[in-house]
Amino acid sequence: MAENFKYAPQDFKSDQEVRWCPGCGDHFVLNAVQKALPEVSHILNYDIERYVFVSGIGCSSRFPYYMKTYGFHGIHGRAPAIATGIKCANPTLSVWQITGDGDALAIGGNHFIHAVRRNIDINILLFNNEIYGLTKGQYSPTSKLGSVTKTSPFGTVEHPFRPGELVIGAQGKFFARSLDIDVKLTSEIMVEAAKHDGTSVVEILQNCVIYNDRTHGVLSDKENREDRVITIRHGEKMVFGKNRDKGLILSGLSLKVVNIGQGGFSIDDILTHDAFEANPGVHMMLANMTYPEYPVALGVIRNVTETTYDDNVRDQVLEVMKTAKIKNVDDLLNYGDTWDV
Amino acid sequence: MSEQKLVLEIGEVVVRFSGDSGDGMQLTGTLFSEASALYGNSVSTFPDYPSEIRAPQGTIGGVSGFQVNIGSTKVNTPGDYCDVLVAMNPAALRANAKWVKPGGMIIVDNDTVNEKGLQRAGFKTDNPVEELKLQDFKVIFANISNLTKESLKDTGLDNKSIIRSKNMFALGMVYYIFSRPLHFTEKYFETKFKKKPEIVEANKKVLRDGFNYAANIQAIPNTYHIPAATSIPKGKYRNINGNTAVAWGFIAASEKAKLPLFCGSYPITPATEILIELSKRKDLGVKTLQVEDEIAGICTAIGASFAGNFAVTTTSGPGLSLKSEAMGLAVMTELPLVIVNVQRGGPSTGLPTKTEQSDLFQALYGRNGECPMIVIAASTPSNCFDYAFISSKLTLEHMTPVVLLTDGYIANGTEPWLIPSMKDYPEIKAPIVPEGTQNYQPYARDEKRLARTWAFPGTKGLEHRLGGLEKDFTKGTVSHDPMNHQRMTDIREEKVKRVQEFIPQQEVFGDKEGDLLVVGWGGTYGHLLTSVQKMRENGKSVSLCHFNYINPLPKNVKEIFGRYKKILVCELNMGQFANYLRMNFQEFNYMQFNKVQGLPFTVIELVDKFNKVLEGK
Repeated sequence: MAENFKYAPQDFKSDQEVRWCPGCGDHFVLNAVQKALPEVSHILNYDIERYVFVSGIGCSSRFPYYMKTYGFHGIHGRAPAIATGIKCANPTLSVWQITGDGDALAIGGNHFIHAVRRNIDINILLFNNEIYGLTKGQYSPTSKLGSVTKTSPFGTVEHPFRPGELVIGAQGKFFARSLDIDVKLTSEIMVEAAKHDGTSVVEILQNCVIYNDRTHGVLSDKENREDRVITIRHGEKMVFGKNRDKGLILSGLSLKVVNIGQGGFSIDDILTHDAFEANPGVHMMLANMTYPEYPVALGVIRNVTETTYDDNVRDQVLEVMKTAKIKNVDDLLNYGDTWDV
Repeated sequence: MSEQKLVLEIGEVVVRFSGDSGDGMQLTGTLFSEASALYGNSVSTFPDYPSEIRAPQGTIGGVSGFQVNIGSTKVNTPGDYCDVLVAMNPAALRANAKWVKPGGMIIVDNDTVNEKGLQRAGFKTDNPVEELKLQDFKVIFANISNLTKESLKDTGLDNKSIIRSKNMFALGMVYYIFSRPLHFTEKYFETKFKKKPEIVEANKKVLRDGFNYAANIQAIPNTYHIPAATSIPKGKYRNINGNTAVAWGFIAASEKAKLPLFCGSYPITPATEILIELSKRKDLGVKTLQVEDEIAGICTAIGASFAGNFAVTTTSGPGLSLKSEAMGLAVMTELPLVIVNVQRGGPSTGLPTKTEQSDLFQALYGRNGECPMIVIAASTPSNCFDYAFISSKLTLEHMTPVVLLTDGYIANGTEPWLIPSMKDYPEIKAPIVPEGTQNYQPYARDEKRLARTWAFPGTKGLEHRLGGLEKDFTKGTVSHDPMNHQRMTDIREEKVKRVQEFIPQQEVFGDKEGDLLVVGWGGTYGHLLTSVQKMRENGKSVSLCHFNYINPLPKNVKEIFGRYKKILVCELNMGQFANYLRMNFQEFNYMQFNKVQGLPFTVIELVDKFNKVLEGK
């Protein structure tokens, strides 16, 4: 199939030297995006000049320089606003925002929630390493309570944001999660994000090898990963585990992990994932699952259709123009009360 | 029948309408101004309103005012002091009595002069005339509220609607005093309330009853006639305020540049009306985004500019502070963008509804790093159109952002405007890169303007990356090289300086040389011009050098300054332009006249100052 594609991953690589630390999770994500775009281009019939990568400030925000597409490296936290302007100015563009947990959820929190609320058709890739890397190791809004960092030598005393909860709380229509080292899954999610009309937020659990190594270690550990994460796909049973013998059921008002074939639970009792369900209840619970009580959910958790902001902006202008009495500036200057001297 | 009253023919008259914020004084003033303009007078207006939408009724804090100057020759200011004051309650009287000319006429709604009203306005006695020492003024106590009720009692309107019409009764009285025809305002009612004929009739009736009442009472000793102006250029006119003019100037530029107009903004007094007007102009394809904050306002605009729209953002002082970092991004990425700052009293929240010129340094320097920007200041309500157009042309052709400064006074003030024709405005040619260009270099420059070129995302083969990091001089990729940073800083500076070659020479009103050169900039023009005219009528050697181009300054400034014995810089701040001039032309001595009261200059205080300066005091 890939041989039918117009582009190869190589076509999206710029001539700039990639300067992230060796072993940084960002390398994996860059690979996943460059791997996904040929498929996105194939499915959606996009040429390379339609892509724009926009970022704020932080390690991940260097991303646009490494892409051979249009790119804009903005200022700290403001990428959602810049991306909104780009998309509204030209809705035919495929706009991708690259951001980190500090950029998106601390300094840029306001722009982030409003982009999600408006449902502007951009794809936000949120690299979550739970630390400030570029400023060399201060805690972020997603650092776990009690995290010891340079600015919290005795541990943080604040509760972290859970990005999925925030997105759904802001009426988000698309939320997915991946793990940096799982390039195949990240790439698959990128394609889904691109296909979704509206704000698609993809949280990537990403490792900072220097300042917060192994913050997602329990999940990336190859030996036990399959027992600690669940990869969910629309229409499929929520099953996980090395032996595919564990699953999720709804027990009362909560999700519960059960062993299939034990305690009277069969595969029929296991929930089937419905990413298209408008009611955010189950999606919120899936997004909020944390290890060890639950496996951490990966994959497209929520994927709901709704009109987009950029379409609405454009359509309203076109609608008004259709019946406009004022056709040009001379009309404008001469309309209303005037008099002759 | 009343006896024939004395009609005084005069060249200029100032009227001030004042009342509670909810009394409709802005509308009353606007209708009087429009009727006068339609009659053929020259008109200049100044609304003066509180920042509270509905401050406690009857208190000084809630008083809203609207002053208008009408003349049979060109008037350039709304006037310092008024000939007639309308005060709809004791608070309005108390707040505005000091603005009435000695011996002037004051009309007060007597139905509000009661214990409660006087107390709320802070009067200590039950005799406001005595307390405010108005014995030498012609104070007319008219039962405006009750007469309005009487006038409309058979119309079937509810009590609230009836009492709300009392401003039209007062307007009717003023129309009588100034011999204004009623039909302009009657036509306004017909258009405004097209679907509510009963409201049209009620308004017409109360306006006429007010007019007749004034004609019948003996308290009004004389009426005035202000002949239509004859020296005004022929043509088609309309009224315009500065905020609307700015919005239309941008739309005009968008049409001439053949680029869609995009405005990212956040509401802030007194700039909001620009966003409101642009939001209405979807009929002309204007895209407006009211976003989550000031920063998003400018950042959406920068994004839209990158993507190939002509982008603007609108704000006032505190909003400009919030936009500073993004303004630097626009300078660094060398994208076209106009940032409008409608100045108000500062610092911090300051005086949101009052005028000031104290953001000049912020516009010039308020950013991190060496971050030069073109700065332009409009100086009258109607020339906001031209300077918005010029700002747009400069940013689009020179590929660097522009700050356009106006202020609360010219933004809200109105004047008649000889409607221009778009065929008289120049084309705007942005350096857009055509598809098919080989080896595109985003930071390559033209030699004349030093502008880089503009490639729109979506164009095949022009993929490039922009950003806030320093760029390599030739390749446009990220560079931390020391000499490259020096070179790029130099070229950004030089690029703005070169704009001097594309703006007109500075002009002087008055003599080529003389005793005193008055220097001003921006919205103080009308007051400075009127004051200088008055000095010259009295044979004094005074000239005016008023600036619209702030950065860069026109080429010939130094040569002008050298021809006068004294230079007096007048501005509504503590001396920012004077200090800017000191920095640029150190060889001259600059005297200063500064005012920061949230109010425009008055002609009286300016003339007084000029005389003192001439006398060496």
